[in-house]
Amino acid sequence: MTQLSNEPSLAERAYRIRRHALRMGEVQGQGYIAQALGIADVLAVAYFHAMRYRPEDPEWEGRDRFLLSIGHYAIALYAALIEAGIVPEDELETYGSDDSRLPMSGMASYTPGMEISGGSLGQGLALSVGYALALKRKKSDAFVYCLFSDGECGEGAVWEGASGAGHWKLDNLIGIVDYNNQQADGPSSEVTGLEALADRFTAFGWFTQRVDGNDIDAVVRAFDAARNSHEQKPRVIICDTKMAKGVPFLEERERNHFLRVEPDEWQKALAVLDAGRVS
Amino acid sequence: MRHNKYAKPVRLREQGEGGQGGASRLTTSAMIASLAAPGQRTKPAPFGAALSALAETRPEIVGLTADLGKYTDLHIFAKAHPDRFYQMGMSEQLLMCTAAGMAREGFMPFATTYAVFAARRAYDFICLAIAEENLNVKIVCAQPGLTTGYGPSHQATEDIAIFRGTPNLTIVDPCDALDIEQAVPAIAAHDGPVYMRLLRGNVPLVLDEYDYKFELGKAKLLRDGNDVLIVSSGLMTMRALETAEKLQADRIDVGVLHVPTIKPLDAATIIREASRSGRMVVVAENHTIMGGLGEAVAGLLLRNGVAPAFRQIALPDEFLDAGALPTLHDRYGISTPAMARSIKGWLAS
Repeated sequence: MTQLSNEPSLAERAYRIRRHALRMGEVQGQGYIAQALGIADVLAVAYFHAMRYRPEDPEWEGRDRFLLSIGHYAIALYAALIEAGIVPEDELETYGSDDSRLPMSGMASYTPGMEISGGSLGQGLALSVGYALALKRKKSDAFVYCLFSDGECGEGAVWEGASGAGHWKLDNLIGIVDYNNQQADGPSSEVTGLEALADRFTAFGWFTQRVDGNDIDAVVRAFDAARNSHEQKPRVIICDTKMAKGVPFLEERERNHFLRVEPDEWQKALAVLDAGRVS
Repeated sequence: MRHNKYAKPVRLREQGEGGQGGASRLTTSAMIASLAAPGQRTKPAPFGAALSALAETRPEIVGLTADLGKYTDLHIFAKAHPDRFYQMGMSEQLLMCTAAGMAREGFMPFATTYAVFAARRAYDFICLAIAEENLNVKIVCAQPGLTTGYGPSHQATEDIAIFRGTPNLTIVDPCDALDIEQAVPAIAAHDGPVYMRLLRGNVPLVLDEYDYKFELGKAKLLRDGNDVLIVSSGLMTMRALETAEKLQADRIDVGVLHVPTIKPLDAATIIREASRSGRMVVVAENHTIMGGLGEAVAGLLLRNGVAPAFRQIALPDEFLDAGALPTLHDRYGISTPAMARSIKGWLAS
């Protein structure tokens, strides 16, 4: 999307994505809010700098495809889709409720702008290979973005996907790894021994970058490099992110895959977020 | 039967009846050996030929395999349409996800592998990436049931039990070359995911002698009979027809109802045929006795208040032996002589 001068800054977009996510968390009293706050800057860059789409026509053939492999990050993607105008903002009040279009885990058949049903971790990157091959068959210049996680890289299917994408030289595929170093049973680097992650992708034939995923300028540069590279390779951006970024008292809470937030803390979190707003 | 590997080794000797192969000393056949009995009429690679022909008029068809193109007859398609063939390597999970992604983008992928790898290794991917999304992917798998002597790693004896539990998924188990070549355009015409069991290579040709046409979701009565109705799918329909011939000599009148679509079942036809009084219903399938066509038919009949004498010819609930197919088919009761013996015994008791 081209940045017009009167458009909100990417930092403002990221702030609003965090705000939408916190409001959804408050509705349910739960949610993967730490992940959502951590990945908000990357989503802001994806949806308001890098990606091509039409909010009024989420299935427009020329759109870039955004595949959310980590279904439990739905709260984050819904926030981005709301900010992008694909899902109406007042719908966040229905998050996780019966018959809502915004279920707790992201599913393609429920939500406009949700390309796949994630949740069975390990499928997204392999699915991306199918999308990317199909777009090449159609001679489309659209990109396929796939957001998956550090812990997810323990799944063998991720590496079947990585290998296949390298083999087919899928230069229209951009993988984004959320490296928040926290999976269900503890720090990802301990649970699955993730190191040499960048080297692994490089060895599989990928154009690899690793950035601070909460540094918007760095993320912008990485997305630009991924999109503009002339190398005939799939691209991956490993984003080191901070769980609960933007709400210091949650950032400092004992690190946990499923961050517990007390009922009275949602409003407090919103207030802290608002106070720290970067304009 | 499980062997004690420290028991005395078996001595090579003349083997007994020799099942259908008739050879005096049977060896494990090659993985890609034909199922045809000596002298049986066959057609080469009916799936590959039918898909290649269909693709001429259906530009959305693409073919994908996981290093088993030659072993699923997809190499015929690859040769005819090289730009529409995707070799995904030995990666069945990637195979299914790639097919799903391409289906999402409007293509109609035919994804091939062995039934064991689809049903066991790639199940989660078929279930969620393909079936839950109701995507137009056709999964075509060789070596269904007991069609190889390589042992449990390659014998997909429970594939139908696994896939019957998968919502949205249509399951097809064709009998012969004619069935396969007619099933290919029929499953392509169906908008949704399909799992089809495949016989590959030189595939027996049997159904051209009957007034038969494959119709998705339809069971077909191939021959009528007053004493027994065999309800069968896949290669067991061939065996059922042979059994019916054989039992004629014993004045046992056997009908054969071929059920090539296992899900959804043709409930009306099965109920109608099984309701005819005085006929024993025998369901014959190349699959474990657990969770396949037999239990599907039994449940259907019970739910509809139809209670004929009911028997199953199926593989036992065991990991099966390695060895020569004719030996194994005899051992596990799915050869023609074994079927005939079973039915005669049931009628006599």
